[in-house]
Amino acid sequence: MSILPPHRLDLAGHRRRNGVVPWVAYHGDDGRDRLVEAVEAAGLRGRGGGGFPTAVKLRAARSRRSIVVANGCEGDPLSRKDAALLALSPHLVVDGLQLAAHAIGATETVLCVDTGSPVLPSVTAALAERDDRVPVRIAEIPRRYVASEESALVHFLTSGDARPLGKEPRPAERGVRGRPTLVDNVETLAQLASAVLLGPHHYRAARTDLVTVTGAVRTPGVVELPAGPSLTAVLAAAGGETEPLQAVLVGGYGGTWTTDLRLGLSGIPAVYALPASACGLEYTAKVLAFLAAESARQCGPCMFGLPSIAADFAELVRGGPAVHRLAHRLPLLTGRGACAHPDGAARLAASALRTFGADVTTHQAGGRCRVLEGVA
Amino acid sequence: MKLSVDPIACRGHGLCADLLPELVRLDEWGYPVVAAGPVPPELAAETRRAANACPALALRLRKA
Repeated sequence: MSILPPHRLDLAGHRRRNGVVPWVAYHGDDGRDRLVEAVEAAGLRGRGGGGFPTAVKLRAARSRRSIVVANGCEGDPLSRKDAALLALSPHLVVDGLQLAAHAIGATETVLCVDTGSPVLPSVTAALAERDDRVPVRIAEIPRRYVASEESALVHFLTSGDARPLGKEPRPAERGVRGRPTLVDNVETLAQLASAVLLGPHHYRAARTDLVTVTGAVRTPGVVELPAGPSLTAVLAAAGGETEPLQAVLVGGYGGTWTTDLRLGLSGIPAVYALPASACGLEYTAKVLAFLAAESARQCGPCMFGLPSIAADFAELVRGGPAVHRLAHRLPLLTGRGACAHPDGAARLAASALRTFGADVTTHQAGGRCRVLEGVA
Repeated sequence: MKLSVDPIACRGHGLCADLLPELVRLDEWGYPVVAAGPVPPELAAETRRAANACPALALRLRKA
């Protein structure tokens, strides 16, 4: 079963295609246990990038008055899979949201999307069609790269401040307004619904991944493939390359450059295909400048470190001797912020230096290696 | 015992690196980098003193 239909499904269309949640099978307290066991048997892992086992999260957040937060924000400019899902199959997401709410005993659910998101009409219309046991509220979250990080969502829903809170306490312990809170990506919830509708056994055999593909491919967009596809398969699903590729950025702006197309992907929301004619160092410099500007400016290593490495990359592109400074700075950024934002920027920068090593030399020898024109 | 820094609370005063240079150094922006691993027993008292002296209460000492 694919979770992404070709056209938007209203409630009747969703039920025709995907079926009806067998609520009666999960009635009562032992029903909750069976539901979590089904999620465990399905082998479901989070699709927001972290890949944490969903059943473990469900067990941790179980309480009498907990809250479920569905994360439909997409701070990463290279990812559109969650928006595609909310635009085309909102009811599958809400089915998953209701199942998660039942599993943990939640009395309240919140569906978070970016402020002014184009998916709002689809989501609002879907909720108006339903008569759910647990109410679903839509929250519009300020557009910021780190706002969709789970502690930032919890912080925003509690206080109106969309900045990360740090690693402790976990939301399952103390989340929105101090209540135990489960934060799950909307694709995770759609996959959860799919696992329950198909049954864990069938789901394991038929499960899929959503990946947003951009860059030098014929039909950029969101593709759905059997789980754990290779990069080659992902690029082929997006119509194949429009010209020879130099490298692929795997995992969005905080991701990793690679040239190995046989690489298997698992839970990777986005890939960007860099054509051979473009300069990976220039592209990386632009992304690092973006990431530096998106810092929540709470933690020193992020507030000062990110602009420093962005400036280093800009200097590198101009032919300056920034490589030694980067070798010293990059390892300093990892694991020192309240969230993984600086870690992602450092990972991207380090992988660019590895992957485009020859270009670093060319730039240092004087000027640019390639012409970056017309590349997003 | 384990020493850590609350990255949001830390304001980069740098007192910790003065009081406990064995375990804390400052990065180029003045923010503490804490040595990995447990606090050696012979530094326990010094470490406690440094944690108490942090003006932002960002240097945290926990039982490992």
